[in-house]
Amino acid sequence: MAEERRQKQCSVTLPTESMKAIAESIGVGQLQEESCTALSEEVSYRIKEIAQDALKFMHHGKRRKLTTSDIDNALKLKNVEPLYGFQSQEFIPFRFASGGGRELHFYEEKEVDLSDIINTPLPRVPLDVSLKAHWLSIDGTQPSIPENPPPVPKEQQKVESTEPLKVVKPGQEEDGSIQAKGKDKGLIRLKPRSTHELSVEQQLYYKEITEACVGSCEAKRAEALQSIATDPGLYQMLPRFSTFISEGVRVNVVQNNLALLIYLMRMVKALMDNPTLYLEKYLHELIPAVVTCIVSKQLCLRPDVDNHWALRDFAARLMAQSCKTFSTTTNNIQSRITKTFTKSWLDDKTQWTTRYGCIAGLAELGPDVIKTLILPRLTVEGARIKAVMEGPVISNIDKIGADHVQSLLLKHCASVIAKLRPQPDVVDQYRTDYGYLGPMLCSHVMKARTQAALQAQQVNRTTLTITQPRPTLTVSQSGLSGSTGPRTPSIIKVPSSLALMSQRPGTPSQPSPPATKYIVMATSSGAASTQQVITLSSSQSASPVTTSVHSATSALQPLVKLDSGGSTGLTASRPLQKYIVVSLPPSASSSLEPKSTVIPTPIPSASLDGGLKLERSDSPGVRTQSPH
Amino acid sequence: MAAVQGGLVDAVEEKTIKSEPVADATANNSANDARAPSSSPGSGVSPGVNKPAAGAAEDQQTLLAVLQFLRKNNLSESVEILRREAGLPEDSLDQKGGDSTGTGLGGPEADGRTDAGSLLSRVTVSSSAPSKAVAEDQPDVNVVLSAYSQQGDPALYEVYYSGLKKFIETVLDCHRAELSQVFYPLFVHMYLELVYNNHENKAKAFFEKFSGDQECYYQDDLRVLCSLTKKEHMRGNETLLDFRTSKFVLRISRDSYQLLKRHLQERQNNQIWNIIQEHLYIDIFDGMPRSKGQIDAMSGSLAGEAKREANKAKVYYGLLKEPEIELPLDDEDEEAENEEGKPKKKKPKKDNMGSKSKKQDPNAPSQTRIPLPELKDSDKLDKIMNMKEATKRIRLGPDNLPSICFYSFLNAYQGLTAVDLTDDSSLIAGGFADSTVRVWSVTPKKLRKVKSAADLNMIDKESDDVLERIMDEKTASESKILYGHSGPVYGISFSPDRNYLLSSSEDGTIRLWSLQTFTCLVGYKGHNYPVWDTQFSPHGYYFVSGGHDRVARLWATDHYQPLRMFSGHLADITCTRFHPNSNYVVTGSSDRTIRLWDVLNGNCVRIFTGHKGPIHALAFSPNGKFLASGATDGRVLLWDIGHGLMVGELKGHTDTIYSLRFSRDSEILASGSMDNTVRLWDATKAFDLETDDFTAATGHIHLQDNSQELLLGSYMTKSTPVIHLHFTRRNLLLAAGGYNP
Repeated sequence: MAEERRQKQCSVTLPTESMKAIAESIGVGQLQEESCTALSEEVSYRIKEIAQDALKFMHHGKRRKLTTSDIDNALKLKNVEPLYGFQSQEFIPFRFASGGGRELHFYEEKEVDLSDIINTPLPRVPLDVSLKAHWLSIDGTQPSIPENPPPVPKEQQKVESTEPLKVVKPGQEEDGSIQAKGKDKGLIRLKPRSTHELSVEQQLYYKEITEACVGSCEAKRAEALQSIATDPGLYQMLPRFSTFISEGVRVNVVQNNLALLIYLMRMVKALMDNPTLYLEKYLHELIPAVVTCIVSKQLCLRPDVDNHWALRDFAARLMAQSCKTFSTTTNNIQSRITKTFTKSWLDDKTQWTTRYGCIAGLAELGPDVIKTLILPRLTVEGARIKAVMEGPVISNIDKIGADHVQSLLLKHCASVIAKLRPQPDVVDQYRTDYGYLGPMLCSHVMKARTQAALQAQQVNRTTLTITQPRPTLTVSQSGLSGSTGPRTPSIIKVPSSLALMSQRPGTPSQPSPPATKYIVMATSSGAASTQQVITLSSSQSASPVTTSVHSATSALQPLVKLDSGGSTGLTASRPLQKYIVVSLPPSASSSLEPKSTVIPTPIPSASLDGGLKLERSDSPGVRTQSPH
Repeated sequence: MAAVQGGLVDAVEEKTIKSEPVADATANNSANDARAPSSSPGSGVSPGVNKPAAGAAEDQQTLLAVLQFLRKNNLSESVEILRREAGLPEDSLDQKGGDSTGTGLGGPEADGRTDAGSLLSRVTVSSSAPSKAVAEDQPDVNVVLSAYSQQGDPALYEVYYSGLKKFIETVLDCHRAELSQVFYPLFVHMYLELVYNNHENKAKAFFEKFSGDQECYYQDDLRVLCSLTKKEHMRGNETLLDFRTSKFVLRISRDSYQLLKRHLQERQNNQIWNIIQEHLYIDIFDGMPRSKGQIDAMSGSLAGEAKREANKAKVYYGLLKEPEIELPLDDEDEEAENEEGKPKKKKPKKDNMGSKSKKQDPNAPSQTRIPLPELKDSDKLDKIMNMKEATKRIRLGPDNLPSICFYSFLNAYQGLTAVDLTDDSSLIAGGFADSTVRVWSVTPKKLRKVKSAADLNMIDKESDDVLERIMDEKTASESKILYGHSGPVYGISFSPDRNYLLSSSEDGTIRLWSLQTFTCLVGYKGHNYPVWDTQFSPHGYYFVSGGHDRVARLWATDHYQPLRMFSGHLADITCTRFHPNSNYVVTGSSDRTIRLWDVLNGNCVRIFTGHKGPIHALAFSPNGKFLASGATDGRVLLWDIGHGLMVGELKGHTDTIYSLRFSRDSEILASGSMDNTVRLWDATKAFDLETDDFTAATGHIHLQDNSQELLLGSYMTKSTPVIHLHFTRRNLLLAAGGYNP
């Protein structure tokens, strides 16, 4: 099979029609059939020859993609003038067209209005090349830092959670997680390695992160959340986080501590945003917590003043997001959730707060759910709202609740109705169809329609985008001293996390774009009397300084270097980056062996802890972690 | 064509002119072998070619052809030298001259089968065939191709081939594997014959029918082959021309060979017999036939296996003696006075201090075999630093793996093409596709330029810190950009003293840059085609380069023309490396062979075959005994230079290997690849084997498949291909590559 396909690929020649078409395009009218055949064979051969040469340039350019410049170089090799004008784009989209029995692939060249080009603001100047160092391996183990790929790929987490007792063959795990010390190779592990012991660093990190997440300093919290959302090495700590959240919600709902509930929900959000985590195993703890925050009767001490509605909205969005990502035919999350919401909504005795939560939860699940479950209930709900709004004033709280439910319904239903109903929006018809809410719906629908029309117009307008070399997923580094250029080159962020960030539902309180932080950790290397420590100090740009440290003197290396002050004038929009270099005392290193099965006593960490605490005021959420 | 006589260094007065004038188009191995005895009488190195009696005539013939060529190009001085050296009478040239002119360069190309007379007649006979139509401006090509012209009925080709196939499938198992080797070259030659004789459809049918039977590692060649369907195509295709000119080498045991011969003679299968006689070189050995695995390990190159005698020459792979520099104990200030360096070497020895033996290594070349530059004071200081660092070196092993620090080039937009680090790991340089070369300092010490001439005049030359004063503090920065090339920079190399940087580029030049002034000093021209790689000798001064023109050149920094040209590869030279003792150069090529060249006389002393793809990485072990090579097929092969044998195969990478490096004490081999991993291998264990006399004599190797045992670690980067590796003097592994989001 494959053999055949290869043969086919080899002996393909250009169709003679192409020759004709090309001849016509340069003004040669009647080309004989034989000439076409001869030409097509010759041209095919030459093209293949050039492609082969171009491949050489690709290999020497250390790339996997053939680029137009490779072809140019190959042409130059043959003493042919290269094609001009095909540089920039990485990918040339060919379009396919057929008709009249002819099939055609072509490259679409749009006409460009010069004034558009002139009027568009200049694209950003591409960043300059820069050099950055990180540890790929420390004494044979790979530290889990953002610069390295996640230690346990998501697929493997999934495999482990779905087939926990699967026999792991030696060699199967080879990629990614070689702990190889030679001797434990070839062993067949009957169970996947037990996952719930945390190293001292991980415990420290966990403590710092959770404290920062529920603490009072917003900047710290932002950093901690960012760390949760991007860090590739959290897999081990996931069960703890999950328990932390579910317990936290349980306690704080009783105490009506709205702020803490919001913080915990933001943690859930961050966990879900982390592309390297496989959350399925912990949904049984997370979902009840989230649902509680949606439908609980009371979430705050003063229901009439506090904005617990925002929390319900946020949690509802989280719920919808997890339904989207995790719902399968086996766990049926979405239908179970829908049932729960509907049931309590239908109950007459349900309070307005819970009612609001149910509707929000349902509405976030998408237009289909709104259409089938919410729209039919509009009349009933309208009557209930009317009773509260226009009836005798029973309690202020009910009134506020009814008011919120009303605006919630209007907000979600309007757009759906706008799509469902035919154009003329007659107030009376709305009234008959939807009762009390009808007139208000009508005006909302009309508003939605005009908005949609506006948007459509904008889309239709041809826009010219000048291609930038690459969507720059870069965060400029603040602490570079001695840089002469206007912008200093910098670090590249994980693209996927950025993409996620753009889709994230807004957090209830002001989410300032969190600062990125990179922590590089060095343990003492080797048992020899000397250590090699590369210190990554931001003031030296990203050049690691190889220093030798005599273990005798290095009881506690100094070690926490924060970014060199450049961040002072930064607003929240300018992300900043920190390097923290932690070097562990060699005495501790023995107990920090990745393979140690006992939970290390906190004693060796005590001194470290102190050192870190000192820094805490500057660097919230200092994270240390063993390279494991 | 580089003129030859100007390229000689005074120091190397051997007068060996290895520059093969026609190297670009048709250089081949046999030409080298043939001339070797006559060209290096003084060197004492026997190239190990035991030619039969007919060899003398052949040599003579080749020599005459070369002389003829030189004379035609008015290189009278060279003619004189060569003639004197070969001991030819003055008139010998004139006497034979008449014949040779007709064939032009026929001698070396046609592999000198017999004497000129028969050669000529063959050419004339064949040119009566269709080849007459072929343009006359490429006589050599005609000669080569014409061998195809007088062949039999095209319809019978399939019958012949399938007949042979059937026969080989039915022979005893032990012979089958050996005889199966014949398939591929036979297939190619028969196909080319068909194409050459304009039987296009027959050729296509033949290809369709049998190409599937060929070994998978010939796929790339088959792809080239199948696009070639017309005679006109053959003319420009140099790779295929080389396939013709150089005989495909097969190693077959005597028994198997007899079997094949008997079969072909019984069947009167002259067609195939002719091809075997004319285009294949069958290296017959006595004894047991080899197994399939043994054959597969060695085959794969464009021209078959290396001939056994090609790897018989003596190679002085030992290290040169360390210059004796007294190592001061602790105080740094006194070291400069204490040393009493014998001005010889800089740092060939990366051995540990303890094992630094005072006696000469029996396998080492003599200290003066290649003239090497004298040590400067700064070099001695550097050596002392090196030794001091060496005492702090970490002993590596399977239980003590090195830490790896990774340098990512950010925002390189896929444009990073080459990286090099200085030996002391203080500077890193990158070559980019946008023609620039960038140098970074990875220590706190910034890069500074020397002051301008006017400012230099103001400096007090007597002051102690004059070296510090000449630097312009205003220019201090962490990186510098070097502009000058007009094409992607594919090779880059620091000089050992960190004063110079070499870069080779697509524009066909090699440039020498000063790291004092950060300007270009010299542009070495000669390659004309892209130069894929270049490297400084470990002792400085010399450097080697290789590129698309298939010739590796040896240069000295103060000569604008090459000192040696190493020709013999059948396709692009993709990487070049110096042996730690500077006496040898190794080149890897797209023809899937590795060749080791003697710098002294330009001879090819080793040919290693076994890779199934273009070779992109080479590394000598620090003790000079072993060589590791990596190719696009993702395998690392290990070679014993002394015995000329493959000693190991490391499988695991899934993409091209771009970098290989041994740790300073040879315990660990690190490999970096396009598949975004760095892998560490147990080199001690891999080389821990006894080569018995039998293996050494026959060249039959038994590889054990123990890659998994030897693999000590595999470290994945985040989407960053690893294109350079470097062990610091303390055995910290540095890796580098361009981040590729």
